[in-house]
Amino acid sequence: MPLKSIVVTAIIAFAAGLVFASFAGYELFIPGLLEGTWITIKITLGGALLAVVAAFIAALAKMYGPAPIRWLATCYIEVFRGTSALVQLFWLFFVLPQLGVTLSPMMSAILALGLNIGAYGAEVVRGGINGVSRDQWEATIALNMSRPLALRRIILPQAFIAMIPPWGNLFIELLKSTSLVSLITISDLTFRAQQMNQATFRTLEIFTLVLLIYLGISLLITFGMRALERIATGGIVRGRAS
Amino acid sequence: MFWDWEYAFEVLPVLAGASIITIQATVLGFILALVLGLIFAIMRMSRNRAISGATTAVVEFIRSTPLLIQIFFIYFVLPEFGIVLDAFLAGTLALGIHYATYCSEVYRAGIEAIPRGQWEAATALNLSPTTTFRDIIIPQAIPPVVPALGNYLVALFKETPLLSAIAVLELMQTAKILGSQNFRYIEPITLVGGFFLIFSLIASAANRYAERRLSTIGKR
Repeated sequence: MPLKSIVVTAIIAFAAGLVFASFAGYELFIPGLLEGTWITIKITLGGALLAVVAAFIAALAKMYGPAPIRWLATCYIEVFRGTSALVQLFWLFFVLPQLGVTLSPMMSAILALGLNIGAYGAEVVRGGINGVSRDQWEATIALNMSRPLALRRIILPQAFIAMIPPWGNLFIELLKSTSLVSLITISDLTFRAQQMNQATFRTLEIFTLVLLIYLGISLLITFGMRALERIATGGIVRGRAS
Repeated sequence: MFWDWEYAFEVLPVLAGASIITIQATVLGFILALVLGLIFAIMRMSRNRAISGATTAVVEFIRSTPLLIQIFFIYFVLPEFGIVLDAFLAGTLALGIHYATYCSEVYRAGIEAIPRGQWEAATALNLSPTTTFRDIIIPQAIPPVVPALGNYLVALFKETPLLSAIAVLELMQTAKILGSQNFRYIEPITLVGGFFLIFSLIASAANRYAERRLSTIGKR
């Protein structure tokens, strides 16, 4: 996404936001929406953390683990990529209690979304590690490094840089899928939108504003990941096949 | 006993019936996504900067906001402007528009991969821009991106449970109703998960096959 289009989008979004916020009676629904926004951000952060951890564990297990662990990691990745996020969420929320495991709605939300994005992230991590040239591995062997040490000190730091842009996309996917948690009674932004809509019938303003809030958060993620990429590359633009 | 086979076989036919709605929404939504995506891609490449800029903004906006809100928007907001759609139509429309933005990126990549010489040859032959696009560029641009489009078909299919939020009686909604009627969610929801898993695995296998076939055609 070129920078110019981001700026154009942001300006249009801001202008539209001003128009809608200037409508009379907005104090009826703005506070509720902001509370929902906070919940949405919390779930996004929690889910992102879990997703990164799950992705690294699954990718490393799939690439370097012994056969049973490799098989387990493949199962995890295929199941979470092959079924939809909403089905996973409902499974944790409706089915697990009947199997005797009761999670709070917030826990099920973070767990389902984090594991879902983590499964996609595992492939990103795998791609990043595979993208590091073979020579690097050979050099670590020549230097008599153990494989875990080589992975930690040589391979992962290089793979990490290539992984940043796809992770940015995944975090935006995660943000978008947090809207699903409104269906398991969590009062996130989407839930609040429906609630405020039923209370005030300001349908157009509320849903437009909510779309703009989501857009704002995803622009923040985009800029954040850009900044992270700049820091990680130390300001040097490296040749990368992307 | 965690899993009740008798109950599972009881709900299976009901779920199979509901899966038809899921498949209808997938097919209709994807056709819309393919057509609208191509329109977006062409508009985005327009030489008129107002058109290309506006299309870029719209596409980025739709891509970075949640599908669920877009479904609500079409279902709840459009009636205020006098456009009343039933739940299935509203949901399918939202699915189609959302995935059209993803497809437009795929088409754009395909079109940009066409060598400049093709455009220049079309100009040299005095072909109109419409003819160039329709007969020269598009037929070459589409086949290489079929696997990428296939991935989005699978992704769209997996998003259809969102239609349950506006009470379309597709798989997920039916499973939830069955669960609340019988106070047993284990079998219906697990079966729905299994259904999606099986279809996704088959679809990705088909997609890999198509990718292999297309890459051999390209190498000839």
